[in-house]
Amino acid sequence: MIDFIAQRMIQAVFVMLVVALISFSLFQFVGDPINNMVGQEATEAQREALREQLGLNDPIPIQFVKWVGNAMQGEFGISYRMGKPVDQLIAERLPATLELVFLSAILALAIGVPMGVYTGLNRYSWLSRVFLTISLIGISLPTFLIGIILILTFGVWLGWLPTFGRGGTVDLGGWQTSFLTLQGWSHIIMPAFTLALFQLTLIMRLVRAEMLEVLRTDYIKFARARGLKQRSINFGHALKNTLVPVITIMGLQIGALLAFSIITETVFQWPGMGLLIIQAIQFVDIPIMSSYLVLVALFFVLINLTVDLLYYAVDPRLRIERPGPAH
Amino acid sequence: MTRPGLLLASAALMALTAATADAQDKVFRYSTTGDILGLDPHNNNEGPTNTMKSNIYGRLIHRLPDLSLEPDLATEWERTDDTTWIFTLREGVTFHNGNPFTADDVVYSFERQSQESSDMAFAISSIESVNAIDDYTVEIKTKAPDPTLLLNMPNFYIVDKEFMDENDAFEVIAGAGLQNFANANANGTGPFRIVEWVQDNRVVLEPFEDWWGQDERTDNIDQAIFTPIGNDATRVAALLSGEIDAMYPVPLQDIPRLEGEPDVTVLQGPELRTIFFGFDHHRDELLDMPGSGENPFKDVRVREAFAHAIDKEGIKRVVMRGAATPTGLMVAPGINGFQEDMNEPYPFDPERAQELLAEAGYPDGFPVTFDCPNDRYVNDEAICTAMVAMLERIGIDVTLNAQTKSLHFNKIRDHDTSFFMLGWTPGSYDAHNPLQNLMTTEAPGSGAWNSGRYSNPEVEELSVQISQTVDEEARNELIREAFRIHKEDVGHIPLHQQALAWGVRADTVEEVIQRPFNDIDLRYVTLK
Repeated sequence: MIDFIAQRMIQAVFVMLVVALISFSLFQFVGDPINNMVGQEATEAQREALREQLGLNDPIPIQFVKWVGNAMQGEFGISYRMGKPVDQLIAERLPATLELVFLSAILALAIGVPMGVYTGLNRYSWLSRVFLTISLIGISLPTFLIGIILILTFGVWLGWLPTFGRGGTVDLGGWQTSFLTLQGWSHIIMPAFTLALFQLTLIMRLVRAEMLEVLRTDYIKFARARGLKQRSINFGHALKNTLVPVITIMGLQIGALLAFSIITETVFQWPGMGLLIIQAIQFVDIPIMSSYLVLVALFFVLINLTVDLLYYAVDPRLRIERPGPAH
Repeated sequence: MTRPGLLLASAALMALTAATADAQDKVFRYSTTGDILGLDPHNNNEGPTNTMKSNIYGRLIHRLPDLSLEPDLATEWERTDDTTWIFTLREGVTFHNGNPFTADDVVYSFERQSQESSDMAFAISSIESVNAIDDYTVEIKTKAPDPTLLLNMPNFYIVDKEFMDENDAFEVIAGAGLQNFANANANGTGPFRIVEWVQDNRVVLEPFEDWWGQDERTDNIDQAIFTPIGNDATRVAALLSGEIDAMYPVPLQDIPRLEGEPDVTVLQGPELRTIFFGFDHHRDELLDMPGSGENPFKDVRVREAFAHAIDKEGIKRVVMRGAATPTGLMVAPGINGFQEDMNEPYPFDPERAQELLAEAGYPDGFPVTFDCPNDRYVNDEAICTAMVAMLERIGIDVTLNAQTKSLHFNKIRDHDTSFFMLGWTPGSYDAHNPLQNLMTTEAPGSGAWNSGRYSNPEVEELSVQISQTVDEEARNELIREAFRIHKEDVGHIPLHQQALAWGVRADTVEEVIQRPFNDIDLRYVTLK
């Protein structure tokens, strides 16, 4: 077990370095940040001085090594656009995105799994058909369109929910949370649902397919023969055996939620990481872009590690020690 | 009730009361695409940021919505000789923190704003020195006779010497570097003071009760909240739902829709920015014709052919949906030096264009790459796509290179272009600014954005004279002459001025005065 974790950690460091290198070299092609930082009347001397000050005149490998060296010490540089340390900016924005992703994941699971179980058990009922049709919409419509439709419906026509931004947050020791006020909830619910919809339909379809598969297996027939209650067969035996693929997919999807949150955050003007990165890209704010990509890579690595560990908890077969090399 | 439950309930109650406390006040909420860049008045030379600075900071002279000048911190001024001006300052003015305003602050502000690292140094670059004669009189000496000194004064922001010194904030820190105190904290003499700035989220302002002009206040707001909303559709939705009172720009395709809403009005007017096209006048061989040893753009007939090939009315009607003013000059109406009678665009005449190309020796056209931004001006890429078809009609083989502004500007600043699109608003509201930046290359500090390196000795000479001629009439004649030569040369092809479009809630807002700058001066906002 410890071997396994250590091995994964070493792989993770390697993955992170590769990501850092790729992202860093990509940013050499996004343009010169100087024009965004000075006004149209700035002289060539002013531009050159700023370029020198930012170290943009160094060769690219040297810029990269400097950057990695600083990152190791927790120094991610200072944002070109905002003039603040990047780690401070990310720390300000991260809670908004994490709360959004967390709520979306919960929504996707809490709605998607029961819908999947229901459609798996009652394949031919009309409600199942309705669920499946809805899920088709959820899978095929792009996120920004769903967001705009929700804004139009609940924000403009019905006027129930605010159309943009994050309001009513409460400060919990530096962590701004939306979950403690009604106003906070009214702001987060639409973006969270928008973000969740795709995952929700995916999970529902996955659980349904797995349920159909599992319900045909012998041990379910035996369970029935033993006279167990239908409820205990469905949830205790069938559902539990569908969970391994669901966990895998969900793990990957949490990473995707973080990435997709860029679109959702732009549509809802949600002040999180996604909005930060999209503005950084428009402004060619290289310190933020590099740090963001490395951070997202880190999330993916951590999530995958957690998923691997969860397999152990769910699937007893994996807990048996691996056979020796003689195998 | 359990403890977490109690905590939750009380927090919810607090939030509700906080939300309703200000319900009586007149709160003006407005939005545009991006946040202000910072609060340091001597940095961040960008339209919307400059307007926010002018809400907070006083200047010696303020520019009215019709672009004329009125006294602000200076009550009167006179020129004693060609290079000396005496400004009499307003007495009894205080900064937001209560410090009195005196001549020392003007001298200090000049020293701070004229630093090399200041992005606003251009506005006062002609000034040699600023001296305090007494507490309420300053003498400004210019390096040479400067006819545009007063026009530049609205870009000279006055800060509080004591406040800056206390916080060790003399140095203007541009872009990256150390934390910049002045960029995050503001203390001016303007009609509004900063309550809160949460970056990319909101700027909250309240009226400054001890403002010197309090008795003649033209606004009636108790609080202003500025929120950047990047996504067009979200910004429109926020206006429709009444969560904001005003926003700009309105996307062109949404104008008819918003006009159909009973509670929303759309304000439209021309902007000061002129969009134009430029050619490579410099290289002996066009980048797209390697090995040929030719640069067709060196022939005025080819440039004229291009000018005749562009259907400006068509672009206005189809691409801009009517929201543009086709133009024949490099400056817009309202800019000092604009010539009404010379503003006729080159006529659209593709046959004449083909004849001209044939005369120049290119009856079958030639290949050229067309550099365009795709996220800077209204429908920039769509305009360029339309241009491709128009130019192909006269036989030019155009390759469109439309890309994001940071790449586009970088490319054309390096002169790495044969044919390009650019837009320009003169920072000083004077015709010499585009002459210096776009239409000449020789005088020191000129040609910064003259990407095609257009240079005509006569225009170069005129530009220098214009910068030093104080007599208005003589100066205007020189400007006319320079514009006439540039137009004959087809140095650039001016296309149009884009239209401003602001969406305003009619049920909460009494009046917002729209200025040709694309941003809102809070002085001119009245609520119902």
